[in-house]
Amino acid sequence: MARLKAEAKGKERGWGNRRKKTILLLSMVAPGAIWLILLRYLPMFGIILAFKNYKIYTKDPSLFNNIMHSKWVGLDNFKFMFKTSDSWVMIRNTLGYNLFWILLGIIIAVSFAVMLDQVTNKFVAKSYQTMMFFPYFLSWVVASYFVLAFLDPTRGLIAHFQKSHGMSVTNWYNEASYWPFILTIANMWKYIGYSTILYLAAITGIDASQYEAASIDGASKWQQVWYVTIPHLKTMIIILFIMNIGKIFNADFGLFYSVPLNSGPLFPTTQVIDTYIYRTLMATHNEGMSTAASLIQNFVGFICIMTANTIVRKVDEESSLF
Amino acid sequence: MSKTDNTVVIKKRKRSLNSVSIPAEIVINVILGIFCLACIIPFIFVIIISFSSQTSIREIGFSFIPNKWSLSAYKYIMDLGAQLWVSYFNSFFVTIVGTLLSVLICVLYSYALFRKDFKFRSFFTFFSFFTMLFGGGLAPTYMVCKNMLGLSDNYAALIVPMLVNPFNIIIMRTFFQSSVPTELIESASIDGSGEYNTLFKIIVPISKPGIATVALLNALAYWNEWFIPMLYVRDAKYIPLQYLLMKMQNQADFLVRNAGVLGAEASKIMSTIPQDTLRMALVVLIVIPIACAYPFFQRFIISGLTIGSVKG
Repeated sequence: MARLKAEAKGKERGWGNRRKKTILLLSMVAPGAIWLILLRYLPMFGIILAFKNYKIYTKDPSLFNNIMHSKWVGLDNFKFMFKTSDSWVMIRNTLGYNLFWILLGIIIAVSFAVMLDQVTNKFVAKSYQTMMFFPYFLSWVVASYFVLAFLDPTRGLIAHFQKSHGMSVTNWYNEASYWPFILTIANMWKYIGYSTILYLAAITGIDASQYEAASIDGASKWQQVWYVTIPHLKTMIIILFIMNIGKIFNADFGLFYSVPLNSGPLFPTTQVIDTYIYRTLMATHNEGMSTAASLIQNFVGFICIMTANTIVRKVDEESSLF
Repeated sequence: MSKTDNTVVIKKRKRSLNSVSIPAEIVINVILGIFCLACIIPFIFVIIISFSSQTSIREIGFSFIPNKWSLSAYKYIMDLGAQLWVSYFNSFFVTIVGTLLSVLICVLYSYALFRKDFKFRSFFTFFSFFTMLFGGGLAPTYMVCKNMLGLSDNYAALIVPMLVNPFNIIIMRTFFQSSVPTELIESASIDGSGEYNTLFKIIVPISKPGIATVALLNALAYWNEWFIPMLYVRDAKYIPLQYLLMKMQNQADFLVRNAGVLGAEASKIMSTIPQDTLRMALVVLIVIPIACAYPFFQRFIISGLTIGSVKG
């Protein structure tokens, strides 16, 4: 009884406190929330640009007036985009590269992680990790110069090799058909180390007694990998796979823009949705089309990620995003 | 601590009981060794090119063993690289200020989300999270930033667009959840500690590893950013290193044109520029700070990414 009374009293006294607490906590989220409103939520209204022909309103040119006074064009921006072959090329490239790289990435990274786990010398294993993680820390602009050092048509290592062996020099930056390979190598080079280390962290968490039991039962090392290690990684592989599928409509802008040196002849194999959005905005200044492409990307991406999350929830609720 | 001890013990036991055969381990080491070399050789190659002489490049191209070594690229940067030093300063300035601000905002926001007794907790969680799923797109964001918020040709344009990252908020909140016991906050509040006092005097000191992770992720993002400056910066005064390097993909003479050299003198210098080695020297100067800091932050980044990989 006495305790209840004290609690009730505490509640009365706590009412003012609780309000104060809420206000203080609100003040903590305020800077972040204001940023989100200005730089993330406000631009969402700009989506109407996708249905307008954006023109500067000369009488009183402010962003709001420009948008409001631009003519409605309905779905013309979308129609125009899909009339050209550009749209299909960029969608094919985005989906194709993403899907291929997700699968290839899983296979290579899981194999590397399993291999790394077998390296008995701890110092050597650590050095491997340090070396293969390094590219992850570099920007695509830096990486583009690494590529250039090998592929430059006049001074590059490969060009010089071709010259000195009497072969004709390949002009890599003019020939689109080479780029699926180059981009794949560049992408693997940058991200394999990172995913290998993620998988390795999961492998080191496996209880050694499971391996012991397996080896007592006469399992060879390969059987142990297949029946102990891989099943342990299964959930993680599935989740990372699905989450990446959820992002399948988004491309790594730097890889596709900077590494091919923004070279026009390469567009058939290097144009992706993200570079298209950038180029229609900054090169052709077509705000409406750029927004239309963004809208499609966002809309499809949203559906993809929601679906991915629902599936992940069914596999392993802990790992779902929300 | 106990965890690392554990893994050491596990490793030892595993090795004594069963490890792969010697030939298999050799094959494994060869495969991993080749890949690891491939990861760092491009950088070593670029260092070598930056120290090659221009005549050697003209004769045998970029080579691991140049005919003649030369310091001319670095000398040139020292003598005429005013733009380079401006960009170097910009990169450091933006990285430091940007990281400090974004960490502060991130800690404040995620601490409030971590508090179970915060009335609007679920609303603000969704508020930040939703922006990861949907957005206005590049063109509207660009126009709002440039025309409404005045983010154009100033330091704010380099810092503000990257201040908040919902992904980092998730990482930070997860860190709080795993390392801060709720009782600690309750007892602090009973002892009469104010909200901000509790956060900065009690919570922040025990969350240092989490804060370090988020800070390093932010610092790396700011240092490596070239897309934001490409959108919002025209004035050479505000160009950071990465964007300078990006510009030099097409305009190798960019450094001279902005060094305030005029007319005949400029064209004279232009003809003597060690163009190829100069650009590679710039790459080296950009990567060196990362390479120096890398051993220190590798560990923190891994722990942050392990959380991040599970949650997004």
